[in-house]
Amino acid sequence: MSLYAYDQIDREMLADRAAEFRGQVARRLSGDLTEDQFKPLRLMNGLYLQLHAYMLRVAIPYGTLDGRQMRALAAIARDYDKGYGHFTTRTNIQFHWVRLKDTPDILDRLAAVDLHAIQTSGNCIRNTTTDPYAGATAEEVDDPRVWSEAIRQWSTFHPEFTYLPRKFKIAVTGSAKDRTAARAHDIGLKIKRSREGELGFEVMVGGGMGRTPYLGPTIREFLPARSLLSYLTAVLRVYNRLGRRDNIYKARIKILVASTGAEEFGRQVEAEWAALDQGSIDLPDLELARIRAAFGVIPFETLPARSEAFEAARAADLALARFARNNLAPHKKPGYTIVNIALKAPGETPGDATSAQMEAVAALAERYGHDDIRVTHAQNLVLPHVKLDDVPAVFAELQRHGLATANLDLISDIIACPGLDYCALANARAIPIAQDIARRFEQPDRAEAIGELKIKISGCINACGHHHVGHIGILGVDKKGEEFYQLSLGGSGAEDASIASILGPALPADQVAPAVEALVDAYLGLKTGEERFLDTYRRLGPAPFKEAVYADAHPA
Amino acid sequence: MPTLIQLKNGQFSETEDRFTLVGPDDLTPASGGVILSLARFEGEGALLDEGRPVGVLLQPDEAVEALAYDLPRIAVVALAFPKFRDGRAYSSAALLRSRLGFTGEIRAVGDVLREQAREMVRCGFDTFIPSDGSSSQEWAAAAHRYRHVYQTAADHRAPAFVERSPSDGL
Ligand code: SF4
Repeated sequence: MSLYAYDQIDREMLADRAAEFRGQVARRLSGDLTEDQFKPLRLMNGLYLQLHAYMLRVAIPYGTLDGRQMRALAAIARDYDKGYGHFTTRTNIQFHWVRLKDTPDILDRLAAVDLHAIQTSGNCIRNTTTDPYAGATAEEVDDPRVWSEAIRQWSTFHPEFTYLPRKFKIAVTGSAKDRTAARAHDIGLKIKRSREGELGFEVMVGGGMGRTPYLGPTIREFLPARSLLSYLTAVLRVYNRLGRRDNIYKARIKILVASTGAEEFGRQVEAEWAALDQGSIDLPDLELARIRAAFGVIPFETLPARSEAFEAARAADLALARFARNNLAPHKKPGYTIVNIALKAPGETPGDATSAQMEAVAALAERYGHDDIRVTHAQNLVLPHVKLDDVPAVFAELQRHGLATANLDLISDIIACPGLDYCALANARAIPIAQDIARRFEQPDRAEAIGELKIKISGCINACGHHHVGHIGILGVDKKGEEFYQLSLGGSGAEDASIASILGPALPADQVAPAVEALVDAYLGLKTGEERFLDTYRRLGPAPFKEAVYADAHPA
Repeated sequence: MPTLIQLKNGQFSETEDRFTLVGPDDLTPASGGVILSLARFEGEGALLDEGRPVGVLLQPDEAVEALAYDLPRIAVVALAFPKFRDGRAYSSAALLRSRLGFTGEIRAVGDVLREQAREMVRCGFDTFIPSDGSSSQEWAAAAHRYRHVYQTAADHRAPAFVERSPSDGL
């Protein structure tokens, strides 16, 4: 499978949307609409007014792009922005410096390559995210992109669910190894098979970050796959009717589920679902088959599992060897591999890519990767289907464009929200903190010796940087007008999901990177065997880590 | 008089309002159609027996199921939008049409903007009192802006998956 091919109906949807927005912008520019009246309209199109300029958020449905689309994004960055774009934790891309009058043209350009900004903001169902290794990993029960596309269509302009109490995010994982942080979503779906072999989903509802983080409880162990959309309709209807609207901080579904109790909430959903006309909502088998077929089939070659060319190249090149160790993942087909491209070069903004870099990735995908590119929730890119034989050439090209940082899931592969550099809601900057830490652990041998360590940084309590599920989470707080940072440890968004606990008093900006270093040193001294940082923390608890960070600051 | 836009047989037009919306402190008029709050309706249900056209105004937190047994005799259910962002009335309308089988008038009142026309029509509203001064033409343009829909809803438009099905159009 490659990319879902839009048909005429899908295309006309985007064209109609672009035309509608052009009309709205014209009414705003002529003064027909005030900013107050225009605001909800532009927000429906992913257009935010930020600290310095308009920001346009473009949807990348379930994080999947082809070369043509990546080139279009690169061109938009060059023609309408400052030559770069920012990939987000929602696997979307943001342009931070667009002008209002250009936005209709940008939407037209996006529509020409089957892209759009629909439902990238507002209290509606947002872009569904899925496993960046979908279709490439041998671990998956079924390809989650098929179901993500079904959800995309069902949720696009859903008339009943356009004005929910709050935004709504769905993640679908097809593998037991969860790369989507499913339990941290309003709805997390895990594809599984019943004992009888039937395809279905485990349904988790009411996870979320923000000021009160929750891991979503399972409300249904097994939902037959063909009933997905009617069941989602039931969940959304219960939420739309009963979710709180009096307090923006209590409006997410996690609060409803927590206050109702997962069991009772599940009962309400089941009752609503039983009363629905499911047959009119669920996609007929034929349409599901059409969607599956519209992804196409990748003509994989029959190859030996071992590539002599690749083995020879990595024996001769330490940098390639390191890249292969850290950034490649096993592919389901012998002789192929999954290549991770970290947008985390030391000193760069996590998730940023220049137009030239985007074009380089597009060219690599077209030439070596069956024209398939993924965006990950960790703000990186993936070429999911590369022949091992081609890895040396791909690596060389990535090096040429500053994209060969071999730090996937290592300490410098940091997730950071835009923070005070861009975001009007921020308490503190996030990007410079990430840069500080990445520079401190720039030495690749040291980073590798530290091993998997996920640092996540948010500039405020809204937690767009997912600090609650960081092995080390960092939260920007405001202390009498100064930027401070609260550290928390022990979170995870993976299949062993957990919420991090606050370590101690917040620190000033210049002490964050040293504190991280103290934590790492403590871990290296305490770890046994193959333990990751997270494992050592879980075994020993916070005490030794607290000691490491605060012992000097507060001498007894 | 605020404009009342009516959707009938696929056409939007301005129309005369046959109903008086009775405020909390108003006396119920002696004749003609009235729309009462749920509490007033429950207290003055006898009006139904007089054969007068009676409607009920539901706030977003009032469940449509409360009307289930009276619906066949209710002429209009008005659903309130205290703010356009409050989307509960969409579920109320959808339930009235698809579950409770209500065939009378469903009216949108309150913060009712033309940008919501499409969602309202799709969920089963058929009269509208726009708060943004929209004309029926503007309302119709907003409601019909899109050539396709992806989901089944109370308006019975064929969703994309039906449009695509090979048997469609036979
Ligand atoms: S976490 Fe806060 S500062 Fe960061 S992007 Fe979200 S709202 Fe903005």
